[in-house]
Amino acid sequence: MTTEFRKHIQHALTQREVQANTKNVVNRLRNHRRAALSDQADWQRLRRQSTAIRTHAVDKLPQLLELLEDKLTQNGIRVHWAETTEQANQIVLTIMQQHNASFVIKGKSMVSEEMGLNHYLKAHGIECLESDLGELIIQLANEQPSHIIVPALHKNRKQIARLFHTYFPATPYTEDINALAQSARHFLRHKFATAPVGLTGVNFMVAETGTLCLVENEGNGRMCSSVPPVHIAVSGIEKVVEHLSDVPPLLRMLTRSATGQSITTYFNMISSPRKPDEKDGPLEVHLVLLDNGRSRIYNDLELRDTLNCIRCGACMNHCPIYKHIGGHAYQTVIPGPIGTILEPQKSGLNLYGELTQVSTLCGACREVCPVSIPIPKIINRLRWEYIRQSACNIPGAGSGKKKTEAIVWKIWAWSCVHPVVYNRIGRTITNMRSLIGRILKKISAWTAVRSTPKLTKTTLHERLKALKIEDK
Amino acid sequence: MNLTPTNASSKPDSVYFYGTCLIDLLYPQAGVSAVHLLKREGVNVIYPQAQTCCGQPAWNSGYRDEALTVARAQLALFSKPIPIVVPSASCAGMIKVHYPELFNAQPDKSKALDIAERTYELTEFLTDILNINLTDLGAPVTVAVHSSCSARHEMKVADRIDILLDQLHNVTHAEPANKEECCGFGGTFAIKQPEISAAMVLEKAKAIEYTNAQRLIGQDCGCLMNIGCALEKQGHTITHQHIAKFLWDRTGGPHRDN
Repeated sequence: MTTEFRKHIQHALTQREVQANTKNVVNRLRNHRRAALSDQADWQRLRRQSTAIRTHAVDKLPQLLELLEDKLTQNGIRVHWAETTEQANQIVLTIMQQHNASFVIKGKSMVSEEMGLNHYLKAHGIECLESDLGELIIQLANEQPSHIIVPALHKNRKQIARLFHTYFPATPYTEDINALAQSARHFLRHKFATAPVGLTGVNFMVAETGTLCLVENEGNGRMCSSVPPVHIAVSGIEKVVEHLSDVPPLLRMLTRSATGQSITTYFNMISSPRKPDEKDGPLEVHLVLLDNGRSRIYNDLELRDTLNCIRCGACMNHCPIYKHIGGHAYQTVIPGPIGTILEPQKSGLNLYGELTQVSTLCGACREVCPVSIPIPKIINRLRWEYIRQSACNIPGAGSGKKKTEAIVWKIWAWSCVHPVVYNRIGRTITNMRSLIGRILKKISAWTAVRSTPKLTKTTLHERLKALKIEDK
Repeated sequence: MNLTPTNASSKPDSVYFYGTCLIDLLYPQAGVSAVHLLKREGVNVIYPQAQTCCGQPAWNSGYRDEALTVARAQLALFSKPIPIVVPSASCAGMIKVHYPELFNAQPDKSKALDIAERTYELTEFLTDILNINLTDLGAPVTVAVHSSCSARHEMKVADRIDILLDQLHNVTHAEPANKEECCGFGGTFAIKQPEISAAMVLEKAKAIEYTNAQRLIGQDCGCLMNIGCALEKQGHTITHQHIAKFLWDRTGGPHRDN
């Protein structure tokens, strides 16, 4: 593991306030989810159904995307394809320029984070303003989201109060959550009314009807997608489902898994721009579909399950590692277990291969995943690709290969297939246990917080032989 | 709780015992106790002396060729069609869940599948197959249990250890906070990611200390070693013990050596 990456983790582990805030929110989200999905039979049934819907959609991805484009176009929504984040950014910029727009108000979108859109537009003289409360906090603090559903979960009320007081000096300092939300609301209201362009993410895209679904709690998504004259939606290509009837079960699963809600406050279904007889709604609706490595993931049958994700965040909420290090330590757009499998596949094992080592493979993520993504199994597969030269199409495969490590495993395997050698090594270790104990003591990785394990005088092999336990 | 109904005819005469390398070198008493428990239930135990390691460390590290080589050597040990009992959910999970994946495209896949099918974690075997009845002869004691993630998420047998302990009337069973959370061992993870592992095990140790238990019991020696050594280093007097040794000692074990 490179020093750089380890440094981030070491740093994260010293951030007591961030850790406390993260643990606090994560524990609350766990409890909410548990309460919402307490009926085991119900959960299992809903999970099987959601998994089937997502698997079906991902398997038919090419056909469904074509159907989606046809239907959206018929509905008057303009579809743009982007193979890379650079292309996606250019598309958004071009639309902005066509309208002489220098300001865009944004709803929450992890794909726009993936694109680095705010940064890109700023470099081209366009101001972006986040309207999701959590995202706004992050933007004011000039940070990255530390969670995909609760982007500012690493900040507590006091930190947010100080931040708001700095940026909204007209508002008196307060730690009252409602008052803080009101001050943001007040600030945003005028921005919604005057923004020439609104930009949002998408939760589900329905192919058969050409409908974009947007799940949110604050109403800002609805404002962004209905008040400005132009609405741009950005989405990863994998968010498509075939039927409108696929949406209710997925929505039910998404909100329960994410926040324990039965339904969010707002659920938007965007099916066209403003029609001639309508009084409101955007005059133009654009959808930017981003690939950025997703079709490559689609091409590998085992890795394909990664694309089932509906971005509920349950895996990070239940991950003991995420809980301790927080989202920023991952140094990725999407943190936690799903980020651990997604980011190396998207951006390459040469960049994010080390992430595959940040897992105990405990399986808590797989247990709570509403669409049954076998995250530990995929981590295991990526660890394999990380250390071998192979024909697989993940960029950077083999980049984690270390000669000494490979030799150690070869020797280990050799001794394990030669029981005589294995037992002789065992005997030697136990004979020299006091010396080996002293050596083990030096492995500070273990002994920093643990005592040295005590080696036995007589191995199990020897003891059971002495007890005349049958050998064959 | 859904126990497999058992009767005299479904109880096997003989089983293979797969001791695991950690028990071999660090906790052999756990292995010996497990063998005694099985024998006391009238089951003949076969311990192939050629056994070494299930291959899990290499498998989890991405070294599939080495894992396959080692796993294949283990396949050769279990030719009789009898159950294989493993005193570790992690190693049992390797055989039961991951051998089918590891041998997926291999000529000896059917052999691996057959062995996976016959593999049981010890507490699972004692409860579900042997329907064991335990009489507690020990002094009153309070224990905290740590069920491994392999027992919980992979083998789905995390509650069997509770079922066994509940049979012991002098044992008070304390429940640590966040008991379902990983202790941070993860095999090579503890060495490769020492900082995260330390944070995880210290939190776990704290939760166990908070229960005021005298002893920590579990079905996996990896987790026990991790938490137990952390408890010791922090100066706590809580000792750690594998469930097999605990059960054998409390049910007249050492005195009824057979």
